[in-house]
Amino acid sequence: MSKFQSKAILICTVLTAYAIAGCSGGENGSNTGGSQNTPNGGGGGNTVKIVSSLPMTGSSVGLTQSIVNGIKQSVEEAKSSACDGKLKIDYQVMDDATASAGKWDPAQETENANKAVADNTVVAYIGTFNSGAAKLAIPILNQANLLMISPANTYPGLTKKGLGEANEPEVYYPNGKRNYTRVVPTDDLQGSLGANWAKSLGVKKVYILDDQELYGKGLADIFDKSAKNIGLEVVGREGIDAKAADYRSLMTKIKALNPDLIYFGGITQNNAGQLIKDMRNVGMTADKVKFMGPDGIYEQALIDAGGKDAEGVYATFGGVPAKELTGTGKTWYENYKAKYKAEPEAYAAYGYEAAKVVIDGINKTCKNDRAAIRDAVMATKDYNGVLGTWSFDANGDTSLKTMSGNVVKNGKWEFVEKLGTK
Amino acid sequence: MPHYQLPITPYQFPIPTTCMKNWPLICLYLVVAYLILLLGPIAGLDLPRIVVDIARSPELLIQQLLVGLVNGGIIAIIALGYTLVYGIIELINFAHGDLYMLGAFASLTVVGAFGVQDGAALQASIIAMLGALFVSAVVCAGLNIITERYAYRPLRNAPRLAPLISAIGVSFIFQNLGLLWGGLKSFIPIMGANAASPKSFPDLLPRIDILKALGIQTSIVFTTKDLIVLIVAIVLMVGLHLFVQYTRLGKAMRAVAQNRDAAKIMGINVDQIIVLTFLIGGALAGAAGLLVGLYNNTIVFTMGFTAGLRAFTAAVLGGIGNIVGAMLGGVLIGLLSSLSDQYLSSRWTNAWVFAVLVVILAFRPGGLLGENVQEKV
Repeated sequence: MSKFQSKAILICTVLTAYAIAGCSGGENGSNTGGSQNTPNGGGGGNTVKIVSSLPMTGSSVGLTQSIVNGIKQSVEEAKSSACDGKLKIDYQVMDDATASAGKWDPAQETENANKAVADNTVVAYIGTFNSGAAKLAIPILNQANLLMISPANTYPGLTKKGLGEANEPEVYYPNGKRNYTRVVPTDDLQGSLGANWAKSLGVKKVYILDDQELYGKGLADIFDKSAKNIGLEVVGREGIDAKAADYRSLMTKIKALNPDLIYFGGITQNNAGQLIKDMRNVGMTADKVKFMGPDGIYEQALIDAGGKDAEGVYATFGGVPAKELTGTGKTWYENYKAKYKAEPEAYAAYGYEAAKVVIDGINKTCKNDRAAIRDAVMATKDYNGVLGTWSFDANGDTSLKTMSGNVVKNGKWEFVEKLGTK
Repeated sequence: MPHYQLPITPYQFPIPTTCMKNWPLICLYLVVAYLILLLGPIAGLDLPRIVVDIARSPELLIQQLLVGLVNGGIIAIIALGYTLVYGIIELINFAHGDLYMLGAFASLTVVGAFGVQDGAALQASIIAMLGALFVSAVVCAGLNIITERYAYRPLRNAPRLAPLISAIGVSFIFQNLGLLWGGLKSFIPIMGANAASPKSFPDLLPRIDILKALGIQTSIVFTTKDLIVLIVAIVLMVGLHLFVQYTRLGKAMRAVAQNRDAAKIMGINVDQIIVLTFLIGGALAGAAGLLVGLYNNTIVFTMGFTAGLRAFTAAVLGGIGNIVGAMLGGVLIGLLSSLSDQYLSSRWTNAWVFAVLVVILAFRPGGLLGENVQEKV
């Protein structure tokens, strides 16, 4: 008896140890930066640095590389200098993902934010990609008066009151002064526009899934609420285990409820491809049951993962695809394609715009002063950029409200229509 | 004046003594009752609703049982790898899950090399599939033997924790090997643009609805794809069982598992038998990799960890070291998770699976079949 008990204890211990090892493995991601940690005070240096912290490992890399390209393009157009050459602008890429996690890693994001704070040439932090990562980075940067500007975070609670947890957003700004802005519209808009779009596509019954992360669950909640408001029937709501090998039984359950649409609040890396495959596997074909997701699945990686089953998948995107931009946006699109010999992915224009606004702010202040640059950027009004003419409101959110609906056709994302109005 | 000494008798309070003796069991009952009564409803345990659901649509129950059975079969094949190795050298081979992942990658490489696409005709794809089975079984068996030779054999007489840590190390090596393999798009175009992202595995097994083809009108769907996977899983398991029970080598394996030194005295080459065990375990992992690729149609370099954890749980549940136990545990976990997805909540499926594991281990520390069977292989 005792032999068996000791065996069971050993097994349990080992199980735990293994789980921990699997979760926290490989902290050896990026260790760029932090080396030029010159303690030269504010006025002494004539170099200012912009850093970006995005997941450069894992399946988001297609999107994030495109953002980095946009930022680089912006910095190069400014000839890496500001204030008529008085200040030199450096740009450094940080990775907040680790190989073993396959996506962003909380420890890595915290480390990046701390490194940026410690390096006093850094005046702006472009990132993060994932809203969950922003939760960790904002408070660290806030205490150092360091500006953070995100090209991709869409979780409303980061800036807006009443849309997230009770203590949001104050909990992210310990020194009481806002230091966070974003150039993309938030999910409260995306969720409700998504529901409206679904209705206009002829959907009546919808089943809502989420990946149990901040971004995905938040979006699914908003979609849920708006769908009920506009008279769609929500036949069920579930969270998925993002690491499961398959979702056959879940899809069987959903099939029995006969929805015309499955909405997935989540990102590609949380197994969206498998979800779509199993939906088709149990017999919910594209003509009978639609699949819609937010901008987290609006990327080539989803089509790579879903294969032929990704055909006909819908996605809303908090902005307009690069190809559909007009005016300055169109010029930027041509330049990007000429420079990188590739189509810009969804957020490239947002990366470009974010960096452009930062450089603008540096030009206004002309010194290595974090607080002054933060204030200059936060005060951006009627900015005429590639995304159109827009301003930051008091919360740091963009005034842009145009979104787009897209669908996978012949193995490519195709623009369908503009959603909502400006 | 003589002072009285009060005799201190050990049996003064007999009731607390029995209480003391039984307290672990009482605590256990309390914890189980707490779990079921208080935490259960949060996690979707609502018996009246479940009963109504089942009564309204018994087909759905059968459908979910079928899904669970096929998934359980796949889990069981992986679990066999854990249980075989544990049976023979009492080592929990944590690298096994990742070995299976590499098997899936090897299969995808072969299928890609044959150039068969999604939905290719069976005549065209059958050669590719058999080729993939052969290659992935050989690759995994080879890797497993190399691992045994260089990571486990030098530690065979070391304390038990040393080879265990070595196994976790090997698991990381395999995982990174998978990441590297996934990034070889210039040599293997089917791997896609991104090393870490999930890869689409061509859908090669025919999806003919058997029940409909037989003319049975029902909402239950059971395709040839499910059937093929189930049959392959059963054949592998029965074959292994027969091999261990009725062949000379199988007998030698059981002898080594029982007592290594005595087996050596009887003229059994212990090293060779251990290598054979790793070879069989590896080949099974390779076959499982191909099966999962064909069945789920997505592979990713992190899939080994999750699958490994489930399979290991299955092995423990059935009684680690016991072949029939691993099969039973695998099928049980498959059924449990599909039923939980349907009737409880998929948000809580993992919690339910592990809660059942905890409860079963609490009452039967050796696993379901662990205590009855003395032989370990």
